[in-house]
Amino acid sequence: MTALRAQSLGKKYKRRWALTGCTLDVPAGHVTGLVGPNGAGKSTLLNLAAGMLRPTTGTIEVCGGVPGSGPAQLAKVGFVAQNTPVYAGLTVDEHLRLGAHLNPSWDDALARRRVAGLGLDTAQQAGKLSGGQRAQLALTLGIAKRPELLLLDEPVAALDPLARRDFLADLMETVAEHGLSVVLSSHLVSDLERVCDHLIVLVESQVRITGEVEGLLATHHRLSGSRRDLDTLPADQHVVSASHTDRQTTVLVRTEAPILDPGWTVGRLTLEDLVLAYMSNPTAARPALEVLR
Amino acid sequence: MTWLTWRQFRIPALAVYAALAAVGVVLAITGPDLVGRTEFTGDAESLYTGTMLAMYLLPAVLGVFWGVPMVTRELETGTHNLVWNQTVTRGRWLAVKLGTGALAAALAAGLLSLAVGWWASPIDTMASAQPENALWTRISPALFGARGIAPIGYAVFALVLGVAVGILLRRTVAAMAVTLVVFAAVQLLVPVLVRPYVLPATEEAVTITGENITRITGNQAGVIESIDVAEPSGAWVLTNETVDPSGAAVSPLPDAVQGCMPAPGEGLPDRQTVVGCLTQLSDLGYQQRLEYHPADDFWPLQWIETAFFLALSALLARFCFRRLRHLS
Repeated sequence: MTALRAQSLGKKYKRRWALTGCTLDVPAGHVTGLVGPNGAGKSTLLNLAAGMLRPTTGTIEVCGGVPGSGPAQLAKVGFVAQNTPVYAGLTVDEHLRLGAHLNPSWDDALARRRVAGLGLDTAQQAGKLSGGQRAQLALTLGIAKRPELLLLDEPVAALDPLARRDFLADLMETVAEHGLSVVLSSHLVSDLERVCDHLIVLVESQVRITGEVEGLLATHHRLSGSRRDLDTLPADQHVVSASHTDRQTTVLVRTEAPILDPGWTVGRLTLEDLVLAYMSNPTAARPALEVLR
Repeated sequence: MTWLTWRQFRIPALAVYAALAAVGVVLAITGPDLVGRTEFTGDAESLYTGTMLAMYLLPAVLGVFWGVPMVTRELETGTHNLVWNQTVTRGRWLAVKLGTGALAAALAAGLLSLAVGWWASPIDTMASAQPENALWTRISPALFGARGIAPIGYAVFALVLGVAVGILLRRTVAAMAVTLVVFAAVQLLVPVLVRPYVLPATEEAVTITGENITRITGNQAGVIESIDVAEPSGAWVLTNETVDPSGAAVSPLPDAVQGCMPAPGEGLPDRQTVVGCLTQLSDLGYQQRLEYHPADDFWPLQWIETAFFLALSALLARFCFRRLRHLS
């Protein structure tokens, strides 16, 4: 089962390509993090998946259908856009009624329970909610629709660290309860580290690396040792990044095989190290991507 | 979708209908006074001007304050991202909004036109009966758009125009200004470029007798440029011109009658003498050609005008739906 599949997907705004040659396979039942610097194309990819945008090149398939192709497809995908828009003039209760009126699959009990659990006053106008409450309300609308796939575009960007943690914890609980697939974007890896089991790194409109978090961490190593030429590395070790001082060389490599060279000190990587290495070294992209596929 | 549309639309809708109700009350109170009167001055005159203004303003107001924000407000606040991701396609979303708006606009314009038409009927009847009030018959360009069913067409058109401009520009204030300008331009151009030609006008060749000359127009040099003859009452006259025996329009009038007017300084012209002198035109084979829509053309013209504006609205709506697919 794939939640999202893209084939050489591209999107061009007036002159600028926001996304190019994006080929992806996001399996269902996972929480996938979409990371990349600002302007890397994260929003564009999510908007394409939700059917808000139409691709310029390539194809995208979400939950087995063309995004935004009809009510049946819309029912399968929930999308919480950037800045978590809600109707400022409508109360929380009216938002829930909106959801109930516009979605045949609406789970009103779930929505009411969530809103009560979050301590939202249903009579309050959405425009007067705090950023965190607004994000929660938008998420509630997305979840209570009971989609197969939930797309969240920078859902925590406007939240303070505490609200951020609560929001993500709450999201995880819901995912576990309802078994839906989630793709959420952020430009901060630390947000995603706790919740994602799948990762897509997007840099400069291109997919740099994608895969399961565990697998990625197991196959990437930081090697440090005395200064040496990188050509001496075994053929199956792909260099992601390298830095040299006068006496020392530190490389980040990707390999399926164990590191045998006793001259290296092998260090474990955090997800953040890994993502940052890919973000800051655009040239490392191609080989890594091919091997993974 | 109907629930949400109503929830978003109820405040602007109620505001307009409340204003209409107020206008209705004023008309209901003052209306009975007009029945049977033959002089309409003072209050009645200003109210009359007011009703004209209201009739022409209402469609513009609906286009600007109902039509434009219908889509631009969603685009500006980003809520289209929310509503387009419920289990309702954008096409249906727009269809419900546009349908509700168009119906409400048609109803508002229809009700106002009905009230104004009832209120002004003594004035309109008098104007159609008196040839000298030809400018104020209900078929004349000034009144045509403020009577009957044409305002319904204008209102629907203005609303759809507002939505279309909003979809195109995506900015509320700019779209409001553009809607207003385009709507005013259409309102000014249609009576000149379209309405006179949608029905064949009645043509008539009138013999110039002394009695039927109603106006003599001269220039500063004392040359008589044209004359008008009496027009049928209640009609919308398109042409009133002198033609020579071959049927070609002449202006200024031929030399033969240029002496009819006393030269400047020779004292005031005497109507009898001048008119009598001008009847020579008949002897020379000149005639007066009239082209007009008689009062009976009012309803056919109204239906055609309404249909024309509804067709324009349908074209614009089509544009909206096509354009909607490319919005994000």
